[in-house]
Amino acid sequence: MINEEKLIWMYQTMCKIRLFEESMLEQTFKGNSMGVTHPSDGQEAVPTGICAHLTDKDWIGSTHRGHGHCIAKGLETDKMMAEIMGKYTGNCKGKGGSMHIADFSKGMLGANAIVGASIPLAVGAALTAKYQGKEKESIGVAFFGDGASSQGVLHESMNLASIWNLPVIFACENNQYAEATPSWYAVSVEDIADRAASYNIPGVVVDGMDVFQVYEAAGEAVKRARDGKGPTLLEFKTYRYHGHFHADQTEKYRSSEEEKAWHKRDPIISFEKKVIDQKLISKGKLQSIKKEVVEEIEKAVDFGLSSPLPPEETLYDDVYVNYPNDLRGLR
Amino acid sequence: MDNKNDLGPGFNVKGKEVRYRDAFNSTLRDELEHDENVFIIGEDISGGFDKKTKEPLDAWGGPFAATKGLVQDFGVNRIMDAPISEAGFVGAAIGAALTGLRPVVDLMYFDFTTVAFDQLLSNAAKSRYMFGGQTKVPLTLFARSGGGTGHAAQHSSAFYSILAHIPGLKVVTPSDAYSVKGLLSAAIRDDDPVFVVNDKKIINTTGFVPDESYQIELGKGRYLKRGNDITLVGMSYSSIVCLEASEKLEKLGISTEVVDLLSLSPLDNEIIIESVKKTNRIVIVDEDNPIASIASEVAAIVADKAFDYLDAPVKRVTAPHTPVPYSKGLEDVYVPDSNDVVSTVKSILEN
Repeated sequence: MINEEKLIWMYQTMCKIRLFEESMLEQTFKGNSMGVTHPSDGQEAVPTGICAHLTDKDWIGSTHRGHGHCIAKGLETDKMMAEIMGKYTGNCKGKGGSMHIADFSKGMLGANAIVGASIPLAVGAALTAKYQGKEKESIGVAFFGDGASSQGVLHESMNLASIWNLPVIFACENNQYAEATPSWYAVSVEDIADRAASYNIPGVVVDGMDVFQVYEAAGEAVKRARDGKGPTLLEFKTYRYHGHFHADQTEKYRSSEEEKAWHKRDPIISFEKKVIDQKLISKGKLQSIKKEVVEEIEKAVDFGLSSPLPPEETLYDDVYVNYPNDLRGLR
Repeated sequence: MDNKNDLGPGFNVKGKEVRYRDAFNSTLRDELEHDENVFIIGEDISGGFDKKTKEPLDAWGGPFAATKGLVQDFGVNRIMDAPISEAGFVGAAIGAALTGLRPVVDLMYFDFTTVAFDQLLSNAAKSRYMFGGQTKVPLTLFARSGGGTGHAAQHSSAFYSILAHIPGLKVVTPSDAYSVKGLLSAAIRDDDPVFVVNDKKIINTTGFVPDESYQIELGKGRYLKRGNDITLVGMSYSSIVCLEASEKLEKLGISTEVVDLLSLSPLDNEIIIESVKKTNRIVIVDEDNPIASIASEVAAIVADKAFDYLDAPVKRVTAPHTPVPYSKGLEDVYVPDSNDVVSTVKSILEN
């Protein structure tokens, strides 16, 4: 049974992701986030149920749809909002934006905007853990989507992790669509988890709308990794409520019936129902948690809006650790 | 340089005469001993395993025996044979570099770089910048480049200009046993991703190398020869071509200065400008294809920074804008040689 403290953390985290994404979209439409954003609302249960098992010493690789991963891994929402707004106070000093939020102090290897490209990084983090004999305290988790499941580098990474028996979890968030392309069209198998068989590792299909099921499946995979038993592929069936990116119009490629059916399985509402029915957390407690989250996200937006832009000279910083030549270009 | 007749690092070295490949191998050994976070990953870098004991056979010891003997002394955790998955293991090496190790990757032939190019460009080169300086990528990669050995179009490329073009990557091109030892050691100890390009035609050459460890500063070229009439600029094998041409030109009464770039990114602009200001003429010799090449970059720097000192047009001697051909006669024409350099020098001096 999951203890109350963990349950509260899960609820906080899922609410934080949901409200962050909704506020982030609002700010994007107001023109306050400086570029393209990819909301993950609807998918909250997946990063929450997985990261519930992780510490700052564990590493995750993330995707263009990475805000949920960041929040579940413990990144501060104010710095994230500032980063999306291109501000100097953001996680990456405004250099990365929505698609490149990272916090190495929290074991977050960065959101990555090349589909599938962060997968081998998580394998590399697992390699470091094994090299240093620290698998018990440090594993890698590669988050990716159904689109990335057709990238060669995923398959190379699963093979490497299998032959080297690395402590890594391949966490596929199958949200049914890669941009507008449905997974039933683009993926050769019904269940992406079946692809694990090619690499002699376990592959498990999980209901990604139910944080309890995510938590349980991830727990087994995390234990396998920490016990030196190697990698696992988990496929979470989930759904993004919004389009591929903020301005994407889903009605052009998804039916409203389909959207409604997934909304009925909302991970936050079903969590609330379950914990109230089973008297695990009171309704009043849930309301007060949500209220705190609302305040946190409001503060995050205020922090982002009131933060300064990066000074112009920082354009040339951090390309290299050491580079003697002028990086300013010719003009 | 204190004295205008001084040459750069590697001149008048006291040491043993060793092959380039042996200097390379012993430098890897030195660095594995120097830092326990250094490990090597690549295809067949030991090569072969005993089916019963699972012990490595070191049957190959790496392409061109670059890593021969290392697995016996450092074990399979530090000398990691990889499957043929360049994107996967380069990506894993970058992940290891981001989390505290100092991986060294053998990419075998330089052409195979492109199989892992997304990982190099999108992750190795950009992570530090796009994450606001939170991290560093202490990664070293090496591979064998160049034509002239009958390896044909997909095993002979020398497109180091493509890598030098990328902000966040460093590229070095050793030209002899001395420089490969100093540059490889410096690359592995550097906190940025560095690509060490080894031309196949140099791998079996010999040179004098000190026993002790040393590093050549990345971004510094050197003089291989001092002279007055014209500057020849080379990199990797083309530096040797420049030296050969220099001897031929000397017999014709033409005094040449030879600059060996050693490092393409960062590039030593100063040594190029300094030399041109003295000789007033320059020929850049580059085995890369001509368009958007390092030869073009050096020519642009000279045109921009030393235009008033030029007594002749800046000339480039490069490979043609073709893939590398297989047949010997064609390949001989493809790779720029000292006769090409001599005729180019004569053409601008005669004018």
